[in-house]
Amino acid sequence: MSSVQRRLVRDMVRIRCVEETLADLYREEQQMRTPTHFSIGQEATSAGICAAARRTDVVYSGHRSHAPYLAKGGDLDAMVAELYGKVSGCARGRGGSVHLMDRAAGFGGSAAILGEMIPVAVGAAWAFAMEGAPRVALTFFGDGASEEGTFHEALNFAMVHRLPVVFVCENNQYSIASPLSARQPPGTSIRERAQGYGMPSRLVDGNDVFAVHEAGTEAVEWCRSGNGPYFLELVTYRWREHVGPGWDHDQAGGYRPKSEVDSWIARCPIRGAADALRAADPDIDARIDAWDAEFRAEAGRAVERAKAAAFPDVRDLLDGAYEPQTHGTGRGRN
Amino acid sequence: MRKLTYWQAISEATVQCMAADPGVFVAGEGVDDDKGIYGTTRAAYERFGSSRVIDVPNSENACAGIAVGAAAMGRRPLMVHSRADFMFLEMDALVNLAAKWRYMYGDQGGVPVVTRGVVGRGWGQGATHSQSPQSVFGHFPGLYVATPASPADAKGLLVQALRSETPVLLLENRGLYQVEGDVPPEPVPVPFGRGRVARSGTDVTVVAASLMVYEAERAADLLARQGVSVEVIDVRSIRPLDDDLICESVAKTGRLVVADTSWARYGFAAEVAAVVAENVPDALRRPVRRVTPPDCPAPVSAPLEDAFHPDAGSIAAACLELVGGDGSAVPRLTGVTAGFVGPY
Repeated sequence: MSSVQRRLVRDMVRIRCVEETLADLYREEQQMRTPTHFSIGQEATSAGICAAARRTDVVYSGHRSHAPYLAKGGDLDAMVAELYGKVSGCARGRGGSVHLMDRAAGFGGSAAILGEMIPVAVGAAWAFAMEGAPRVALTFFGDGASEEGTFHEALNFAMVHRLPVVFVCENNQYSIASPLSARQPPGTSIRERAQGYGMPSRLVDGNDVFAVHEAGTEAVEWCRSGNGPYFLELVTYRWREHVGPGWDHDQAGGYRPKSEVDSWIARCPIRGAADALRAADPDIDARIDAWDAEFRAEAGRAVERAKAAAFPDVRDLLDGAYEPQTHGTGRGRN
Repeated sequence: MRKLTYWQAISEATVQCMAADPGVFVAGEGVDDDKGIYGTTRAAYERFGSSRVIDVPNSENACAGIAVGAAAMGRRPLMVHSRADFMFLEMDALVNLAAKWRYMYGDQGGVPVVTRGVVGRGWGQGATHSQSPQSVFGHFPGLYVATPASPADAKGLLVQALRSETPVLLLENRGLYQVEGDVPPEPVPVPFGRGRVARSGTDVTVVAASLMVYEAERAADLLARQGVSVEVIDVRSIRPLDDDLICESVAKTGRLVVADTSWARYGFAAEVAAVVAENVPDALRRPVRRVTPPDCPAPVSAPLEDAFHPDAGSIAAACLELVGGDGSAVPRLTGVTAGFVGPY
């Protein structure tokens, strides 16, 4: 097993362990009072893409934010504290699960409005191009966001200006409970929309972390070499409900049967990676078990630290709404 | 002091700020064309070229988000809209993201996007090309909203905006573009939240923004000849708002007229009335009067358009009502938009 393969599997296991730990506590404790969108089952997209980026590259995401944040190296303690609303959170308790940021790690921010961070990544890439900096912006979004107008506007702009931005569509096939077939015309694909703007693109099995990483590496290097933007459509599936820790198959009014969910659980990206590596690395299952124990313990420690941390001081409620008044008169009221 | 027109003042501020800060760039639909947004971007384009004065696709929403992303990476975008009505298309990026960025990501820095919007009132610009969106944007914490009424402030507020760490919207009424006034040659910032007494008076306070300051001064001239002394307050920015200056003036005059180019309900005029009611309720000797457009979209046909837009005449009539004067004594004023010569 190469060091890259090892990192990819480790990163997926870590995301899985953190998210399953948080999901259980979210349901049992009711202390994380922030709408939370888990990536359980679709860890290969974040792990594969972020491993292809450098630390100085910047990643943005939509509401399903934990996995890309962690994969890019975002601070775990700060993320968990943010979910518990603590002042030690990555957004000091102001943002919650959907508004994560770790600038030092190159995680530029996540946002809850569909498609909103797509043009932001384009703008970051524009800044890199203006500076002549060898940096790349990457933006994760779902199939749902590809229906927003800003998606099309951003792709068009990025192509006109040949900007170093990788568009990463995590197509998990549902927008809340609405299947892709109810939202996009039959016989078309999201990737084709990018092709319509003349942008190079690839359609990849989003549950195959090695394929995702290979495509991500090609995309990032394409951008870094000054060739313009690149589009990746990664087909995957979320196991849990759209928002929250539950399993929502076969519920009353259910939008997807258990058999469908089970068929995707059978295509678990971690198990798939292990299967691919086992011949060359007979110890892979033992390694994964060890990582599993390591990361569940790490997640548990992050939770303990978050619980022990202080809530923000209510007297600081207004802090950050505006810049410090260094050059104003202090006279006008906002 | 040397005189410039309002549009020349904007142009000069843009060039000086771009020269001083290599991070500043101008982007917008048509900013590089021959007309250069009423001339305001022309000199910048001629000096700095297409790498810093950049035409963009017709994608207001994404372009605002792109500006946010560039600002987050240290650039200072100056986005320009030749019709402010198109700013409604960028409200997600400005309201849901730019305004909240500093706060909701835990005060790790802001995204200082500066957005200029031209209120396009002229001939028959109608329902969707002549709106004044200041109140809409003024609602949201996290934004500064400036409404320059004089050439000096058109320059000074833009300089301030391009040195700010907060997203700023500057709304410029096209009717003011040909107005001349003293403008300092240096890039002197005018702080947000500090209004100015455009004219001192003792009988009635008129609080106004943008073009309505000009109209209020015309009304004050008219009323002075009838022995009515009007104090005109130019707020300069509606967010932050100079509550103190407004309240001090009303405490002196006891009468308040608020003039705005946008509707009364939930708007700038309502906010000024609320500030006075909350802070100096005993100062008012007469009810507040709001001089604003009637509750319909802007029409096109000339007589309807004349009836729709508030002007010096309607401000004067409101002032006279408050001082118990005879409104029929006010002569009809023409030529509402200060320097507009048409066509369109």
